[in-house]
Amino acid sequence: MSGLKTDNRVIGWIDERLPVFSMLQNSAVEYPTPKNLNYWWNFGSLAGFMLVVMIVTGIFLAMHYVPNTKMAFGSVDHIMRDVNYGWLIRYLHMNGATMFFILVYIHIFRGLYYGSYKSPREMLWWIGIVIFVLMMATAFMGYVLPWGQMSFWGATVITNLFSAFPLVGRAIVHWLWGGFSVGDPTLNRFFALHYLLPFVILGLVFVHLWALHTVKSNNPLGIDVKSPQDTIPFHPYYTVKDLVGIGVFLLIYLAFVFFHPNLFGDPVNYIPANPMATPPHIEPEWYFLPYYAILRSFTHDIFGFTAKLQGVLAMFASILLLFFLPWLDGSRVRSARFRPIYKQVFWLLVADVVALGYLGSLPPKPATVTYMQIATAYYFFHFLVLLPLLGRFEKPRPLPTSISAAVLPAAAGSPRPMEKV
Amino acid sequence: MMRSLLIGFAVALAMIAGAPPAGAAPGPNRIPPLLRPHFSFQGVFGRYNKAALKRGFEVFHQVCSNCHALNRVDYHSLSAVGLTKAQIKALAAERQIQAGPNAEGKMFMRPGRPSDPYIPPFPNAEAAAAVYGAAPPDLSLMAVQRKGGPDFIYSILMGFVPAPKGVSLPPNKFYNEYFPGHAISMPPPLAPGAVTYADGTKATVPQMAHDVVTFLNWAAQPHLDERKALGLRVLGFVAFLTILFYALKRQIWKNVDQRD
Ligand code: HEC
Ligand code: HEM
Repeated sequence: MSGLKTDNRVIGWIDERLPVFSMLQNSAVEYPTPKNLNYWWNFGSLAGFMLVVMIVTGIFLAMHYVPNTKMAFGSVDHIMRDVNYGWLIRYLHMNGATMFFILVYIHIFRGLYYGSYKSPREMLWWIGIVIFVLMMATAFMGYVLPWGQMSFWGATVITNLFSAFPLVGRAIVHWLWGGFSVGDPTLNRFFALHYLLPFVILGLVFVHLWALHTVKSNNPLGIDVKSPQDTIPFHPYYTVKDLVGIGVFLLIYLAFVFFHPNLFGDPVNYIPANPMATPPHIEPEWYFLPYYAILRSFTHDIFGFTAKLQGVLAMFASILLLFFLPWLDGSRVRSARFRPIYKQVFWLLVADVVALGYLGSLPPKPATVTYMQIATAYYFFHFLVLLPLLGRFEKPRPLPTSISAAVLPAAAGSPRPMEKV
Repeated sequence: MMRSLLIGFAVALAMIAGAPPAGAAPGPNRIPPLLRPHFSFQGVFGRYNKAALKRGFEVFHQVCSNCHALNRVDYHSLSAVGLTKAQIKALAAERQIQAGPNAEGKMFMRPGRPSDPYIPPFPNAEAAAAVYGAAPPDLSLMAVQRKGGPDFIYSILMGFVPAPKGVSLPPNKFYNEYFPGHAISMPPPLAPGAVTYADGTKATVPQMAHDVVTFLNWAAQPHLDERKALGLRVLGFVAFLTILFYALKRQIWKNVDQRD
């Protein structure tokens, strides 16, 4: 870390004492990046952008929001009607959560497709999953804050899941609530945590980037960088490419904010919370629906091991599984481009998760439950059986010798197994 | 990759198509699809029609406000539907509101002021429920509280039909095609000529329903016009920036060999 060349005496003086400028130079300007990254590599910077938008809009909302069960709904309504541009801030935050999940889901599936979780990027991957889990916790608690019907009943149903644990279950639930039902103490602590966690996420994003810059970016070929010819400096190449991504993303995000702000929301959440009236159909936000389907796939008690407990454990397991991916997938080849079978299986997994999400939104009729069980079984089958088997038996296609070799037209003898995307 | 992507989505679609539909149960509780009239405020370029807003307010004031509250709307904000300052003052003073305590520690009644929220017809939900069997809900957010929003309210208002043969209703309930369970406690509120419009429009039932839905949508989303106007400008600007960024990207990347 040094080698900053500058004619500016002030910058030089500061940098000798606190090398902020060298750091920027190293990690945002010169950072050598594979030259063949495609647009799927935009989703990390987009997620980072979205995190900043959420923090900024969230702080402005918090200036007018009142975390009290009698006033919370009214304070949000006041933001929408009376605060200058309050409607804009709230719609940005509300739709922002949806967009954030879309971005991070794509970001994660990008990692799955190109094998970004394999050596040497395991730490990077694990930090990513921790970020993802914290994001889910943040979104869940945020949804409780407006104190509509779905806020209240969603919070009740989800916190009640912990009661599935034998002996201590009830005690855990009362401890989470801070009382004997979801009420003021619950709302207050959820607000405190909803304010805190995004900053924890922000810190972890820096650790995520630290790990990334230590091991360097993966790329669509999944092969290591061999020489300086394989890379280009981050600035201006990827700064400008990330700006294109942000522009396109903003067009989509803002189209929802300005023209369809309530499309992703449940109308029932515009009814103030009423502990005496259970809504006919309680359903979490769309980004939790696949887990909700896994939870509800378990319907039979086995030896006192309740269906609910099985569902809760399966739901946690479906995420924890991702931690073990570096070992479950034994293939030495990273990118799905060179793994003919994995490539098909990957899209089956995507289809399976989409199907789980759709099924999660349906009322639990017996036929639906059967479909949910099949989809859940396939999810675990993919990670626990297919991946380990493929690692052993799949015959990968030959890898190019280097990124440049793959890119240069018809370099003699080197295979060019690249399809146009 | 494109081919696999298509295969993936084909499989997802097949799984979804094979799954049972989410729709309503068949039988006497079936709700027909909602009526979907055209409202001026729909679509990217849609805005509130000022005349419809004003008429819609007249329907609300002369009919609905006898039973329903509109607690989240202040009198003074009604200038947006075309009421003058004097009209707003007179309107607020029509009803009494409890205030106090005064110097003797007593609560007292005073006429409403423009800064008050629209004063409800009943002191609380229990009092209203005692009269009608069910409490008439506050209408401030009705246009965003139900699936279908404005279409739902319009359908409810137009959905009073004679009960089909063999369906018997509990006392003081009315048959409505679009209400879950069909037995609603609201008596059909609109009859031809129920409202006298200041602009002389003929007060047919569809006309009144259409107007009052426009008003109620305004009550729930008072900033809709401003939101859409700002949205067009912001999106235009972002589209322009994005094109610039893309041109810049092409320029900067033109000497890099890469095939992705
Ligand atoms: C005579 C009293 C009365 C009048 C006048 C009246 N309503 Fe109602 N309204 C009710 C009652 C009572 C309910 C509750 C019905 C129930 O829950 O069964 C209700 C319910 C509703 C609902 C909610 C249906 C639901 O999904 O819960 C809407 C929307 C509604 N009214 C709109 C209107 C509009 C618009 C007007 C004016 C054109 C109006 N009402 C006039 C008494 C009235
Ligand atoms: C708040 C959420 C997140 C932010 C802001 C974020 C940000 C970033 C950024 C800026 C990059 C570099 C650009 C890129 O490669 O796309 C990156 C890379 C990466 N992220 Fe994330 N990330 C987040 C969540 C996650 C999650 C949830 C995971 C996985 C579970 C994850 C896994 C990875 C991996 C494996 C890489 C390296 C990619 C590669 O070079 O192949 N990230 N992240």
